[in-house]
Amino acid sequence: MRTENQRAWFFVLPVLALVAFNALVPMMTVVNYSVQETFGNNQFFWEGLGWFEQILRSDRFQAALGRQFLFTFMILIIEVPLGIIVALSMPRKGFWVPVCLVLMALPMLIPWNVVGSMWNIFTLPKIGLLGYFLNDVLGINYDMTQQPLSAWITVIVMDVWHWTSLVVLLCYAGLVSIPDAYYQAAKIDGASPWSVFRYIQLPKMKTVLTIAILLRFMDSFNIYTEPFVLTGGGPGNSTTLLSIDLVKIALGQFDLGPAAAMSLIYFAITLLVSWLFYTLMTKDDAE
Amino acid sequence: MKKRSLIPILYIAFLMLPIYWLVAMSFKTTNEILSGFSLFPQTFTLENYITIFTDPTWYWGYINSITYVTLNTVLSVCVALPAAYAFSRYRFLGDKQLFFWLLTNRMAPAAVFALPFFQLYSSIGLFDTYLAVALAHTLFNVPLAVWILEGFMRGIPKELDETAYVDGYSFPRFFVTIFLPNIKAGVGVAAFFCFMFSWVEMLLAKTLTAVEAKPIAAVMTRTASSAGYELGLLAAAGTLTIIPGAIVIWFVRNYIARGFAMGRV
Repeated sequence: MRTENQRAWFFVLPVLALVAFNALVPMMTVVNYSVQETFGNNQFFWEGLGWFEQILRSDRFQAALGRQFLFTFMILIIEVPLGIIVALSMPRKGFWVPVCLVLMALPMLIPWNVVGSMWNIFTLPKIGLLGYFLNDVLGINYDMTQQPLSAWITVIVMDVWHWTSLVVLLCYAGLVSIPDAYYQAAKIDGASPWSVFRYIQLPKMKTVLTIAILLRFMDSFNIYTEPFVLTGGGPGNSTTLLSIDLVKIALGQFDLGPAAAMSLIYFAITLLVSWLFYTLMTKDDAE
Repeated sequence: MKKRSLIPILYIAFLMLPIYWLVAMSFKTTNEILSGFSLFPQTFTLENYITIFTDPTWYWGYINSITYVTLNTVLSVCVALPAAYAFSRYRFLGDKQLFFWLLTNRMAPAAVFALPFFQLYSSIGLFDTYLAVALAHTLFNVPLAVWILEGFMRGIPKELDETAYVDGYSFPRFFVTIFLPNIKAGVGVAAFFCFMFSWVEMLLAKTLTAVEAKPIAAVMTRTASSAGYELGLLAAAGTLTIIPGAIVIWFVRNYIARGFAMGRV
């Protein structure tokens, strides 16, 4: 059991100092900007909650938020089941296990801008393997630089390519922790593959699956680099997700007030939804 | 061959296709890329790689990236170790709240922090240094390292600590000579994830550097826009960024799946 010891705070102090420096100072800067108006020359005027109201009411923000939720929803609904299926069908022992794990983890270790460039080269019509195959072999008119739908599909497939392995690795970790005796008992009872999955494998995967869904939610909701490099938010605004829009406002137009207000709203939504997911998924444990 | 193994094979093939295309592209000349479609490089060339290894802007990009990533990994793991020990062994005032607050930093969109980080690190004179990027990346790596290490440390029975004290070990000596060797898998996994997230992150790394500490990612975007459309060169640079990750992952292949699974939620 863990013992009560207030001196443990000394052990936490370095982490606290480091993260506080990195999180609190910038956060306060953002809060400062969000309630002020500036006309340059470092002169600031009190603005109150005006920026928040303006952002929340603007069509641009609402559209970006809508696209962001749609994107994250698609990501979760594709990657989680796919990850579970792949994890279930992976070998449990032998030579192929490390080979599978290393190959599957590879996409996660590629810098995000390279992922964007790679998919750009891969999907360009005429030049890219996929672009050539779809256009010239199958005769499908596909061009992600021109058609919003193609751009959307490409961005989603790219993320599936990039991150499904995380779900696979986590589920796999949960699966290998199931003792053989469970499967033998199920066999004796004549359980169908579905009931083995529903009553043995799924409950054992629950913890890791919670982590997987939470991480996938946070990271897909905050995604910036890959779609930015791939499509630049276009064609038009069709793939401008929240982060892309935010960076445009903050670093492109240098509208500090609106950008700061948007940052805080954005962060609040991420926290709120993460918390909702977390409470919903761990509700049964508490009972 | 069993029918079941078809799914992983198809999945891995799907993962490898874009990577193959990147590698194939890196051995082609720009002319060949733009002139038409070819599945394999027709005129096999090492020109793109030679450019990268002879041009200082290119290879310094790699050295810069590896430097701040290593610095960040060491820093994150070192500060996370005592904290994870405290979380796994003691109850103290506000421990749960602190743990949760740490994790919320993992949820913060990097885009939110880009501008304030730029101002913060400029004002303390760290802009365009390795330390700035390494420190900035601790924002999301330290919480993760604490989370993973805490999971591994909880698996070590408390009797180990007590026996060591009875035997007359001081705390630092016990921690380094007895405790650390017991969780070296955990340290490996934590270091791996820190390396990974620092290596792949680019928005902050790009915002916080200009010339001296410019990461390879920034060199690539600059080249993409200034030198016209040199896809072959870009592909070669991309291929080279895969290698460090592949090497690191090979070392931790037996622990990687366990890394996250042992953390608590």
